Amino acid sequence: MTSSIEATTTGPCGLSAGEIECLRCVAGHMIPASAVHGVPGADDDVILADMIRSPGRDGAALAALLRRIDAAAGGRLAALDAAVQVSLLSAMRAEEPAALAVLEAVVCRAYYRDDRVLASIGMEARPPFPLGYKLPTTDWSLLDPVRQRGPLWRPAD
Amino acid sequence: MNRTKINAPVDVLIIGAGASGAAVAWSLADTRMRILCLEQGDWQQTSRYPSTGRDWEARQFEDYAISPNRRAMPADYPVNDDDSPIKVANFNGVGGGTILYAGHFPRMHPSDFRVRTLDGVADDWPIDYRTLEPFYALNDRMTGVAALEGDPAYPRKAAVMPPLPLGRTGEVLGQAMNGLGWHWWPSDTAINSRDHEGRAACINLGHCGHGCAQGAKASTDITYWQEAMRARVEVRTRCRVSRIETSEDRMATGAWYFDADGEEVFQPAEIVIMACNGIGTPRILLNSASERFPDGLANSSGQVGRNLMFHPYALVRGRFDQPMDGYRGSRVFMWSMQFYETDPANDFVRGYCYQFTRGAGPVATAINGMADGLLPWGEGHHAAFRSLFDHQAGMVSICEDLPEAINRVTLDPQLRDANGIPAPKITYRLSENTQRMLDHSVARGTEILKAAGARDIVTRAPLSYAGWHLMGTARMGTDPKTSVVNEWGRSHDVKNLFIVDGSVFVTSGGVNPTSTIQAIALYVADQIKARIHDLFD
Repeated sequence: MTSSIEATTTGPCGLSAGEIECLRCVAGHMIPASAVHGVPGADDDVILADMIRSPGRDGAALAALLRRIDAAAGGRLAALDAAVQVSLLSAMRAEEPAALAVLEAVVCRAYYRDDRVLASIGMEARPPFPLGYKLPTTDWSLLDPVRQRGPLWRPAD
Repeated sequence: MNRTKINAPVDVLIIGAGASGAAVAWSLADTRMRILCLEQGDWQQTSRYPSTGRDWEARQFEDYAISPNRRAMPADYPVNDDDSPIKVANFNGVGGGTILYAGHFPRMHPSDFRVRTLDGVADDWPIDYRTLEPFYALNDRMTGVAALEGDPAYPRKAAVMPPLPLGRTGEVLGQAMNGLGWHWWPSDTAINSRDHEGRAACINLGHCGHGCAQGAKASTDITYWQEAMRARVEVRTRCRVSRIETSEDRMATGAWYFDADGEEVFQPAEIVIMACNGIGTPRILLNSASERFPDGLANSSGQVGRNLMFHPYALVRGRFDQPMDGYRGSRVFMWSMQFYETDPANDFVRGYCYQFTRGAGPVATAINGMADGLLPWGEGHHAAFRSLFDHQAGMVSICEDLPEAINRVTLDPQLRDANGIPAPKITYRLSENTQRMLDHSVARGTEILKAAGARDIVTRAPLSYAGWHLMGTARMGTDPKTSVVNEWGRSHDVKNLFIVDGSVFVTSGGVNPTSTIQAIALYVADQIKARIHDLFD
């Protein structure tokens, strides 16, 4: 959701400035900006602000994971060279896919509701309700071969 | 009893306002008895359902998450399912699991009630398909089931309204099934394909599994409960029952519950009906242990909490070159019963159905894609995402789970809910038969997707967060030594205690159980009415 919200330095969910810095770094590696597709990266200010304020029930697990990532980086992931960051994150994903899945969920939930991203993938920027969507009508003659094969159920009397 | 707050007595006390509680309440309403339902959750506001907001996918994981342990709302009680590969899914509130179910509404098959006779496993039910048939039909009408008549996998049954559209997904997969020569059919769905009884037709929100904002999906808060309340049945929400009280003559006298303020209250009743699902019902019965019933209420057989059956699910999903339906359209629309009945050529007995699935929204596509190893981090992310989004479809198999005494619900020695009531603990293992069935369904499902032209096929079995179907923990039978309730739902031990939820299932079949749960609830209500003059004999 594109909005005028600025990126915060202290998240309302309780993330510290250091954790937010780490989150921005990880998000940028996970989904980088693309000129080809005309989309921002997940480390975009607006998307990151959305991410920070809406981790929901994953907030505590997210914060703990970000602290672990920083610890594994020797203090600050963001302080490392980009190639080293990628290497470290790849290793952690391979070793602990379930733990990193929390990060992926938090990042994707914010990224894939941004207006710019939705426009890029051909999706209207609106909730499903109340307009809904259209499906094509069905030609039920597709079932003719099934009908021709006869009963399938097993009598039990 | 030394508590002070005691309500005026009622004739019938129903515990739980979900699928079965709603059906039994509606049916009994015409007796003009005073009927009260206690529900630990609340009424839902459709304006709060996730599909009403731009953050609709994220909200699936919050207040309308399928796991009670993740939701942890005031209405919820914790479930210790650490000792089970399948985690419990439910919803606590008026409507119960029907608030979040997808509305897949198959009946069990005639053979499901005769598994011992036909296949030499488990036990036959004391009732059969023919017994339930009129109640299935009544339930279809009350629910408003969209279906196409003539499915060769079932005895003839009437459709209440036309089936939901197959969409592009159904057409592609139907053509593949035709090529393989395998059965498929549009699903019976508890979703309006046209306006029905004041509820609007489906508009393809694609969000059936987290509350239907359109009201097209038949959750019982907007079907049975509206009718029952008009007939003067009372639903009292935010009231969590802790235990059933009994008298010296071994009859239930009512139930203790915690009201919305946390105060403990006694509700006297002439008849008590349990409708709390296959986890909640044994939990209350076990929590009702007393000097008269030291092993838990209605548990002289030792079967309360045992024989827990889940329906293990396998998932098979593939990527197609052409666009499919993605996030649009009902989540359920088509099934296959090709592998439902026992086949001597297989290395397992009994069988499963397929429930075909459309794609997902962008968030779920991304999260699943990363988990499946199809969506990389970094440069390749965007191109890979675009190849998956709106291009995936597949199926889940719903495997028959045979009853085993070791699979059970007990009371956790430490874990308690917000009112201090001991929480349920699940102990569950997949049987060898079930594992073989899962493997078979993954292999055949992969064949189907390949025949349909899919690539990048991913499989998962069993699905962890798919413990929707909670059955068998207070089984029905004619022998009090081996069953909890008789063939019409009355406890063998406590003559005015009835159970109408999935607990009474003797076996699970291989289909979603809600249709059968409600048919049983209507059947038990009918038995109560027919036997009202000698109900406790």
